[in-house]
Amino acid sequence: MSLIVDVLSGGVRGGTSIMYAGLGETVSERSGVINLGTEGSMLVGALGAYAVGVETGSPWVGVLAGAAAGGLLALLHAYLVVRRGASQFASGLTLLFLALGLTSLFGASYVGQPVVGFDRWDVPLLSDIPFVGPILFQQDPLLYLSYFMVPLVWFVLFKTRIGLLIRTAGERSDSLTVHGYSVQTWRMIAVTVGGCLAGIGGAHLSTAYANAWFENMVAGRGFIAVALVIFAVWSPFRVMGGAYLFGTAIALGPALQARGYEINQFLLDAVPFVLTLVVLTVLGKKTLSSSPAELKRVFENAPPAT
Amino acid sequence: MDAMNEHTERIVMSMRKSTLGVLAGLAAGAVILTGCSSATETKAEASEGAPGEGTTAVGFIMVGPKDDYGYNQAVYEGSEVIKKEFPDVEVMTAENVPEDDTAATTMEQMIDKGAKLIFATSYGHLDAALKVAEDHPDVVVVQQGNTITDDVPDNSGTYFGTVYEPMYLAGIAAGASTKTDKLGYVYAFPIPQTIANINAFERGAQSVNPDAETITVSTSSWCDPGKQQAAAESLLSQDVDVLTQHQDCTATVIQAAEKAGAMTVGYHADASSIAPTGWLTGAVWDWGPLYTDIVNKVIDGDFVGSEYNDNFRVGYKTGTNPFVLAPYGPDVTQETQTKITEAQEWLGTDEGSPFVGPVLDQDGKTKVEDGDIPTYAEVDAMDYFVQGVVGKLAQ
Repeated sequence: MSLIVDVLSGGVRGGTSIMYAGLGETVSERSGVINLGTEGSMLVGALGAYAVGVETGSPWVGVLAGAAAGGLLALLHAYLVVRRGASQFASGLTLLFLALGLTSLFGASYVGQPVVGFDRWDVPLLSDIPFVGPILFQQDPLLYLSYFMVPLVWFVLFKTRIGLLIRTAGERSDSLTVHGYSVQTWRMIAVTVGGCLAGIGGAHLSTAYANAWFENMVAGRGFIAVALVIFAVWSPFRVMGGAYLFGTAIALGPALQARGYEINQFLLDAVPFVLTLVVLTVLGKKTLSSSPAELKRVFENAPPAT
Repeated sequence: MDAMNEHTERIVMSMRKSTLGVLAGLAAGAVILTGCSSATETKAEASEGAPGEGTTAVGFIMVGPKDDYGYNQAVYEGSEVIKKEFPDVEVMTAENVPEDDTAATTMEQMIDKGAKLIFATSYGHLDAALKVAEDHPDVVVVQQGNTITDDVPDNSGTYFGTVYEPMYLAGIAAGASTKTDKLGYVYAFPIPQTIANINAFERGAQSVNPDAETITVSTSSWCDPGKQQAAAESLLSQDVDVLTQHQDCTATVIQAAEKAGAMTVGYHADASSIAPTGWLTGAVWDWGPLYTDIVNKVIDGDFVGSEYNDNFRVGYKTGTNPFVLAPYGPDVTQETQTKITEAQEWLGTDEGSPFVGPVLDQDGKTKVEDGDIPTYAEVDAMDYFVQGVVGKLAQ
């Protein structure tokens, strides 16, 4: 396989967990709540999917469990910040550390246990298309699901009443109240759904990509997802593109090394983060102006809207 | 250059333990207030008997959890062997002991409970181990994996195995089994131990297959399964058909190889159960015999002046290497197994070493002269890839 196909197909695979988490964070932030605990939702999702996958032998049941676990952690975040008015940053980070500790503790017995994960399944016909086939259609089923999830999230957010309510909670929470809707309820829903998506991202990492559970295996991908959402300007399709960009940057290092290129690995390791900085710098002002209004209040330390 | 490497290694080792360290630090914080011993005791007190003689208790401190499927689990299993071998000796173990003063406190507590022999098993436990040894001349404190650079006190010493020897043997299995002549090595950081492993693996493969090359990919992490998967995929796409690694968590690379129909050389533990068809062999831990020998020496009062009262590196030449070869998988032929057995015997002789000169680096520069054999200490300081290894060493 050529270098480019290799790197891009590896980028799609490696970026998928980040993409699910980024989609989740998009839904959450569209409602006006930042969830820095996304990394934690991915962790409990990764372990939940792995553990249930091991016990039941079904990876799909595992994914459901992973989504539920991720959603549950996010629900806790939602309760703390929406109902109790806690700081969104403090709550998110606290829940991340809680997830780190809990998954290390309860995950210990699953380290080294084999799981029936998602195997590669080539899509008939489509996988034979030159160039595009190997990159997009020689992957695993949970990855294919994300091809439907991205437009689905976009559709719900921008073309349905549910999406309108979520976005209004994030833009003009007052008008939601005026029309008799509960801002709190819609934020709780959005944050929880976001956690479920992050949980699926974790599930992809543990049961489709790496086929293993190990403590702290998410290794910062949740935080990359949070950064990604900002530079994707809260758009699901841009999240998709950004996640693949990150995945590709991560896949580039190993691909070059395996071909014996004389490169400095430590420099390559920095590429994804340099990329983030560049994009944030270029898009800085633009993203600020298009950010959900209620999200700006979070940064400006205003009291939470009720 | 050596100092530089040592520095890198220290940083790397402490990074690898940092997550656990934070958690463990929280747990250990509660006991920090106790056990500050005075340093005024003098060596004269030790004259009553040899340090550690007749001890009825032995302590082990570990930097991580005892069930990590790796380094610390191997230590714990070694301590279990001591329990079995010495039914009258009380064996104390402490997990998640950070590499700071907490380590000294923990050791003091074990001494209070009667331990006169302590194994400080993490690289970063050395400073605390030396401090405790100085304060308690009647107690033997040995440290696993680090090196005492000053004079070695009468009641202390370091010990470690030579993992590159079984990796050389595993390289023979890989070189004999590969059909593409391409072997893949996923590693974390370019520390001397890893470099020696990679070089020994390649030279083992070359000894039976001159065309074999080892392609290296670094993940810059001791355990990031996502990066390991990317590394494994990139190697497999280059027609590599044997994968091995130096990582803390090993399942991802092994399963990636198995799924792709490639072969695996293991590390840390026998993982043949998750790679039933592709498993060749591997270097795995077995501390039991070495620990037993150390405990025997100390109880008998023979520690001072023994090989363990030094920076001891045990290999096939000098005794019971804690790194042993894992059982063979189905693809390793009888002929290959015979070759490996012969090579292991050869490594145990004075003429045997994975690095018998000439050893050339990647640029063709002679690193070990024709016929020379580097010492264990020289191998411990290796900072170059040998010919046949593909990949740039990050400096």
